[in-house]
Amino acid sequence: MTKLVEKAASLLREGAVIKVIGYEEGSNKTRPFFCEKAEDVERLIYNGRCTNNLAVYLTKPELLGSGKVAVVATVPTMRSIAQLVKENQLKEEKFLLLTVTKEDEVVEFSGFKEMNDYLADIQLVIDTKEQELINKLDGMNREQRWAFWQQELSSCFKCYACRAACPLCYCSRCVVEVNAPQWIEPWASPLGNMEWHINRAMHLAGRCTGCGACSDACPLGIPIHLLTHKMMEDIDRDFGATFNNSGNVLSTYKVEDKEDFIR
Amino acid sequence: MIKLEVIMDDNKIEFEPRIVAFVCNWCTYAGADLTGTSRLKYASNVKIVRFPCTGRIDFMLILKAFANGADGIIVSGCHPNDCHYTSGNFHARRRWIVFRNLLNFLGIDIARIRYSWVSAAEGAKWADLVNNTVADIRELGPYTEYQKVANYMEEHHD
Repeated sequence: MTKLVEKAASLLREGAVIKVIGYEEGSNKTRPFFCEKAEDVERLIYNGRCTNNLAVYLTKPELLGSGKVAVVATVPTMRSIAQLVKENQLKEEKFLLLTVTKEDEVVEFSGFKEMNDYLADIQLVIDTKEQELINKLDGMNREQRWAFWQQELSSCFKCYACRAACPLCYCSRCVVEVNAPQWIEPWASPLGNMEWHINRAMHLAGRCTGCGACSDACPLGIPIHLLTHKMMEDIDRDFGATFNNSGNVLSTYKVEDKEDFIR
Repeated sequence: MIKLEVIMDDNKIEFEPRIVAFVCNWCTYAGADLTGTSRLKYASNVKIVRFPCTGRIDFMLILKAFANGADGIIVSGCHPNDCHYTSGNFHARRRWIVFRNLLNFLGIDIARIRYSWVSAAEGAKWADLVNNTVADIRELGPYTEYQKVANYMEEHHD
C-alpha cells in the first residue's frame, strides 16, 4: 500500500474530504480518477505517467459536490491551481491539496500559500524538443512560418478538446459560441481555425502556465501549445513577468512599456 | 461587416491599397477631423472606424479587417498620459505588444499593421501617417495570402 493510498483512505474514512481526485491505471495510459469510497483507494496511483492536468476539474462545481475535495496535484497541476487562485476562481476551504514527492512521500498543504511556497522552489523547464521547435520556427522567415501554421491548423476540426483540457479556459460562455455577432466561423475552415487559435492564445496571454494539456488533448497532434508557450517567452522578455511574480499581464500596464513599434 | 470594395481606376489597373483605420474618438479622430478642416490633402484609401478609446479596439477587429479585404491597418489613439480614460491606451499598448508577437509567430505580416499616436492637434501627422502607410502597403502589394485563407471557398487561379 503506497503512502498516497493510505492517506486517501484515512481522509475518506475520517470524512475529511468527500472525494479524492487523482489518477488510476487506464487501458493504455493513466487517467483521472474521482475516488469517493474508501474501498476504491487501492486504485489510486501516482507516477511519472500521470500527466493529465487535474486542475481543469476544480472550476466545475457540478463535479465537486458540496464537501471538501482532495486533489493529488502534479507540479503542472499546482501551477494551474496557483493561477486560478490568482484569478479568484478557487475557494481555499473547498480544497485539500496533496502532492507526491520523488521519494513517494505524500505532502499535504495547509493552504494555497504553502503550495505556492513549495512551487517557488521548482523551476519551470521547457522541454528541449519543444524549445527546438520554437527555435526552428523563429529561424524561419515569415512566409515559411505562415506555411507551417496553415499546414498544421488545416487539420483542426474544431473539437475544442484544447479548450476542454485547459484549466484556465473556464469561461461559462466562450467567444466561439457567441453568435451575435459571430466572431469566429463555427465550422472548420482555414480562416475560422486560425481565428480560433489566435483567440485561444490571446485569451491565455500571461495566464498560460505551460502545462501542455492543450496539445496532449489534441486528437490530431497539432502543436498548439507552442502558441501560448512562445507567448510566455515573449511576455517574460517584454514585461519581465515570470510565472511566479506576474499579475495578469493584460490587465495591468507600465508607463515605460516599450513602444518602439508605435510611430 | 461590409466587404470593402476594390477601389480601382477605370483607366489603369493599378493596385490601390485598402486601409482600415481604427482610431479613438478623443485624439486621433479629432486629429483626422483637423486634417480636413485644415484643408490638408491625403490619400483617400483609408476608411476610418471610430472607437471610444484604443482600449476598446479588440484584436479580433484587426483580424476581421484583414479577412474582409484590408491590405493594411492603422491603429491610432491618444499619446501616452493623454488618454481620456486615463489608461485605456496603456492597456491597449500592452495588448498590441503581445498580439504583434503572436501574429508574427503565426507568420501574419505585421508590417501591414501600423500603430501610431495622433493627438487632436496633429492634423498634419495624421495626413503623413495615412500617406506613408498607403505608400508602404502599395510596395507590399495586396494581402492575397490572407485573403486566400479568408475566401477559401473561392477558386484561385494563379
